Amino acid sequence: MNNESGRLQSAWGALPVAVFIMVWEIVGRFDLFPGQFFFPPFSTVVKEFYHLTANGVLGKNFASSLVRVLIGLCSGSIAGIIVGVIMGWRSVINRALNPIISLLYPIPALGWLPLLMLWIGINEMLPITIIFICSFFPVVYNTVTGIRNVDKRYIQAAETLGASNMRILCKVIIPLALPNIFTGLRLEAGMSWRVLIAAEMVAIPTGIGALLMQAESLVRVDIIMVCLIVLSVMCLLFERVFVIMEKYMIGKWSNHA
Amino acid sequence: MPDIELVNMSRHICRNVDLRIMDNEILVIVGTTGAGKTTLLNVIAGVVGYKGSVLIDGVNVDKVSPRRRGVGYLFQGLALFPHMTVEANITFGLSAAGIEKNAADERVSSLMEMVHIKHLIHRYPHTLSGGEKKRVALARSLAPSPKVLLLDEPTASLDHQTAKYLRTELVPLLKKLEMTTVYVTHDLREAEEIADRIALMSHGRIEQVSTPRDFFFDPRNEFVSEFVGMPNIIECDRSRILTSGLVEVVSDEMTMVLPYDGGNIRKIAIPPDDIYISDVKPPGPALNRFTGKAEEISRHGSNVRVRVSIGKNGLLAELPASAFDELSLEEGGDVHVVIKLRRLRYVES
Repeated sequence: MNNESGRLQSAWGALPVAVFIMVWEIVGRFDLFPGQFFFPPFSTVVKEFYHLTANGVLGKNFASSLVRVLIGLCSGSIAGIIVGVIMGWRSVINRALNPIISLLYPIPALGWLPLLMLWIGINEMLPITIIFICSFFPVVYNTVTGIRNVDKRYIQAAETLGASNMRILCKVIIPLALPNIFTGLRLEAGMSWRVLIAAEMVAIPTGIGALLMQAESLVRVDIIMVCLIVLSVMCLLFERVFVIMEKYMIGKWSNHA
Repeated sequence: MPDIELVNMSRHICRNVDLRIMDNEILVIVGTTGAGKTTLLNVIAGVVGYKGSVLIDGVNVDKVSPRRRGVGYLFQGLALFPHMTVEANITFGLSAAGIEKNAADERVSSLMEMVHIKHLIHRYPHTLSGGEKKRVALARSLAPSPKVLLLDEPTASLDHQTAKYLRTELVPLLKKLEMTTVYVTHDLREAEEIADRIALMSHGRIEQVSTPRDFFFDPRNEFVSEFVGMPNIIECDRSRILTSGLVEVVSDEMTMVLPYDGGNIRKIAIPPDDIYISDVKPPGPALNRFTGKAEEISRHGSNVRVRVSIGKNGLLAELPASAFDELSLEEGGDVHVVIKLRRLRYVES
């Protein structure tokens, strides 16, 4: 019964997308959009997707972007979790670093771009560093919040049960902070793709963002749309990966902590 | 198991508390909300700072961290780790102590059997009932074989029946383990059921520490007397055992037949709300029923207190104002008295 209702819900969710694609196809095919030259039908975009995949252009650029996102997001998140845990666990370090983090956190990741172009030049490290910055600060913030919000009673209970500080941190505090940490990771998983595309469009000659810019210069709206669809799917996919990880790791208890 | 001593301890509302909990004793701390009961437990466990000294088994533990005090603590909110199964919760303290897996498994298994939760082994705390959670928390606090056990309102938020069931199991268990226990509750009846001695706290001070019986027959001050319900203490002239479990007691003009499975009775304590009064003679056999004079009638909030004289004995009865208003009683008028046998307490000769 539950599976059935789940399938029904998915079908209802897909319906607006199908309608949207249908309207798009009709508008494109029957030139209903003013300046129809800039509005290819969906089928043309699909054909171009196939073409770009077959000749390897999309695959090559996609792989470049994916590697950058994976390295930047992983390193930024891991560093963010480590710094966040230390700040959350030790008040002295939190007091020392919090003002700095608070000053740097509001700067949009792309705001760092001009400075980083001068500091590290236009190379592979540039988009990776931008993504690192993009994921680092929110993950730090969420981790600190998660660690500091762990109910003191759990820590006291662990203490009276004889646990060392390190054991309390690893076995009690970090697991209980995971819901907050995952919130940060989930948000930044999608954001890292958005930031990457912007960085590639401005400064890097390879990747989905660079492909977008090339398509724009050749007035290839169909390629632009292919790139945007790929971007959209990747943002969604990355967020879903973290949702699934979260569900797997803490789903059994997180709503009842 | 060792004794515990608090010397001139101060923390928050608690001021200059001196208290000694004897070896293998169940000391129940009672008091109203905000009296400082939980603070006292937190101080013994060392999870909060304090002034003064705490001695466990004669050793000053002021500088000893909670993890080395050898104290098992069942917190009021239980603090079961929500991300761990029942088994992992109970094993936590054993792993922390570095006990090897086989020995730990054996200990967990025997504890689970002892508190009847073996069937819950793989469950998470949020899937358990209130009573089951309390049992898990108890097993967890007992797992590292603590020297003393602190229980903060272990039956709070349980329905009456589950709470009673838990208490009837808890006391034999603690006695079997010969565990020095400090048990906090706000319910005096619960305290009476399980305590070797009771400590009454008010505004951070210990008002009286004594056996449950002494609380009724020898309250140290008016506060204690009020707290236990200002019982009427009847001095008995003589008593004789009628049959096993029934005693006839004579006090001046009053002759009572009471359920008591002991020797001769010297004193009886009757709570004022266990004295039923009426303006007409109640139906039924004339057992434990008397006619007296209403000497004084006074209102106290939603209750009315009636002081009744029966010969030389004076009794204080308390009843809800709504019930009193249905009676036509006046000061100086006759009043019929029935003594309920629910919560009588006795002192033997």
